[in-house]
Amino acid sequence: MNGAEAILRCLQAEGVEVVFGYPGGAVIPLYDALHKVDLRHVLVRQEQGAAFMAAGYARTTGRVGVAIGTSGPGATNLVTGIADCYMDSVPTVFITGQVARPLIGRDSFQEVDVTGITLPIVKHSYLVQDPEELPQIIREAFHLARSGRPGPVLIDVPKDVQLVECLASIDVPTSELRGTPTVNASFDEQIAAAAALIDASTRPTLYVGGGSLDAAPELLEFAEKTDIPVTWTLMGKGAFPEDHELSVGMLGMHGAAYANYAITRCDTMIVLGARFDDRVTGKLSTFNPEAKVVHVDIDAAELGKNRFPDAPVNATVAEALRALTPACASGDRAAWKQQVAEWKQRHPLVAHVARPNGEIRPQHLLEKLTAATGGRAIVSTDVGQHQMWAAQFYQPKEPRLFLTSGGLGTMGAGLPLALGAWFARPDREVWLVTGDGSLQMNIQELAVAVIAKAPIKILLINNGYLGMVRQWQELFHERNYSETWLHDKPTPDGTPADVLSPDFCALMEAYGGKARRVWSDQQVNDAIDWARTVQDGPVLLEFIVNEEENVWPMVPAGGDTGEPILEPEGVE
Amino acid sequence: MSSANKNGGWSRPHTISVLVENKPGVLTRVAGLFARRGYNIDSLAVAATDDPGLSRMTVVVQTKDELVLSQICAQVEKLVDVHSINDHTEEAIVARELALVKVRCDDASLAAILQIVTVFRARTVDIAEGEVVIEVTGARDKIDAMLRLLERHGIVEMARTGEVILSRGVQPKT
Ligand SMILES: Cc1ncc(C[n+]2csc(CCOP(=O)(O)OP(=O)(O)O)c2C)c(N)n1
Repeated sequence: MNGAEAILRCLQAEGVEVVFGYPGGAVIPLYDALHKVDLRHVLVRQEQGAAFMAAGYARTTGRVGVAIGTSGPGATNLVTGIADCYMDSVPTVFITGQVARPLIGRDSFQEVDVTGITLPIVKHSYLVQDPEELPQIIREAFHLARSGRPGPVLIDVPKDVQLVECLASIDVPTSELRGTPTVNASFDEQIAAAAALIDASTRPTLYVGGGSLDAAPELLEFAEKTDIPVTWTLMGKGAFPEDHELSVGMLGMHGAAYANYAITRCDTMIVLGARFDDRVTGKLSTFNPEAKVVHVDIDAAELGKNRFPDAPVNATVAEALRALTPACASGDRAAWKQQVAEWKQRHPLVAHVARPNGEIRPQHLLEKLTAATGGRAIVSTDVGQHQMWAAQFYQPKEPRLFLTSGGLGTMGAGLPLALGAWFARPDREVWLVTGDGSLQMNIQELAVAVIAKAPIKILLINNGYLGMVRQWQELFHERNYSETWLHDKPTPDGTPADVLSPDFCALMEAYGGKARRVWSDQQVNDAIDWARTVQDGPVLLEFIVNEEENVWPMVPAGGDTGEPILEPEGVE
Repeated sequence: MSSANKNGGWSRPHTISVLVENKPGVLTRVAGLFARRGYNIDSLAVAATDDPGLSRMTVVVQTKDELVLSQICAQVEKLVDVHSINDHTEEAIVARELALVKVRCDDASLAAILQIVTVFRARTVDIAEGEVVIEVTGARDKIDAMLRLLERHGIVEMARTGEVILSRGVQPKT
């Protein structure tokens, strides 16, 4: 068995069913061995697509996603996806081809030092020097990717290592693996201290992050017993049922005003698998500095990184809550809940249904999507205004149904995330919510959807602009819409553009999918219902919306999360 | 030992030892985490330990902000190739550094230079026409003091190893 086949057999031994990749000179041996193993390979159209499909697979299952690229440009095309997985703690293994060992370091054709390039954005990386190391490295890579705080691991394999014999057994004992999180010797004391703070609080608020996605039952039990209102980050969406009586809303820059009030006016914040990201906290020094902080995270380096915790707990959220729930007294926080409810009533998130002229409101589209799918569909997003509307108004019923590039905010992530999720869970309805800017960043992957007959549904909100940037220009740069108008004119003067490019519907049809353009609010329900009936391939719904639609409320970057700018009245 | 840095704050040197696996790339991974926060490494010494699989890195850095440094250390500790990291600043340690100094000399100055060598328990390791090479071992401040005295004679070249340290057997009570 040569090194290439050993790699594939090791992947199989890890339980991998599908890998996403693109061939090239330095991985031809790997592709040559592909037919010898029972492993599904999805041929993407650009390596960034492979990286995000692997991420979509991992985000929706919690299992390790795998992507393959050749050396040089194949490897550099993966880099954005690797960085995205690092920021959002997505368990992934990336395998890159490298030039043969004797050619390394000589600026050989398609040689790039990918372990060097990716150093700050991987949990760990390997440059394989010896084929006999392959089984040990691959086993360790998967272990590292999924253990502790998950993340991306890169394995760079020189071409000659793939070609020579590998005699090492692919059966590697797990006892020999590094990176196993050390036992927290102070766990019991930490839990006791956290419980004491929680019991003493009268206005506590939960702040739930992506580290809570595998702790949904524990979270529900804890919140119900202690009677504590729940807010969440973009990454934590889905960990707690949004229709629950204790559910408040999403935090941060475009979070619900009442959620931001609940976190900035609480006396104790209980932070579960979240990291005080600046998109949540705004200016750190005004982010409820008086509140006591209980901070649970499996990554010890997060405890005190941005905010000093009064009670740190170094554990997974599930482990911590399993100990915290019995340690905390049953609560009755009616007065505090009443206060939060008042805020909610006074400053609700409004899903406008339509403009008086029948123009479609994007918020309504997302609300309609929740109603139509019952929140059971997987929804991936791209990055921009549409992403925030989706976060505000799509209500997933379970964790791991809402897939979005949070930490890196990568436009173009959405389509491959949706596809990766569909390959992982083809029985689920999968939607992509995207914008006319983002969709063009990885649109080539439509071919993958058509060929795989993946019935993913694309909800395109076309506002003609790079909308989120335009919104900032409107609010903070005197409406100087510099280079954010995607159509033919430098700035719109009220008349519609003469040249619309691309024609998204025609493009979708050219790829071999189905498409419909929707202008009027009255056609929305029909269009969504129609899309849901299409089962033999992808379908695109292009919704034309007002060019200057904004996302509200908003905390300006570096602003005070406790004082979000509310939607101006009477802008209709 | 504190000194004012160019930003006007007071910085303090920290001596940090990192026990790492003896593997390619480890140094870059560790150094990268310091560089990311704009930290300049004052001195760095890396060599094998009694265990051939492990190396010890001794890093001396200045910091104005203890929190930033402890965050860097927390990130270093997460690296898979890192076994442990310790900031020895508050500890009783034995610290040594070695320096080789090439000093200009003539008949008039040679005696004075050799006297400095004797006082600092250094050694002359080479003498040539107009130049003498001195080897000195000791704590950093001892070496600094000797260099100040040698400067007036004219230092031609110098190489320092950077500090290496070990904790003392008995630690002061806190
Ligand atoms: C790769 C990348 N480049 C640039 C940006 C900066 N950016 C953030 S949102 C945005 C506009 C997105 O436009 P569109 O996809 O049309 O969505 P909309 O905001 O209009 O809903 C841009 C350019 C980014 N996040 N990612």
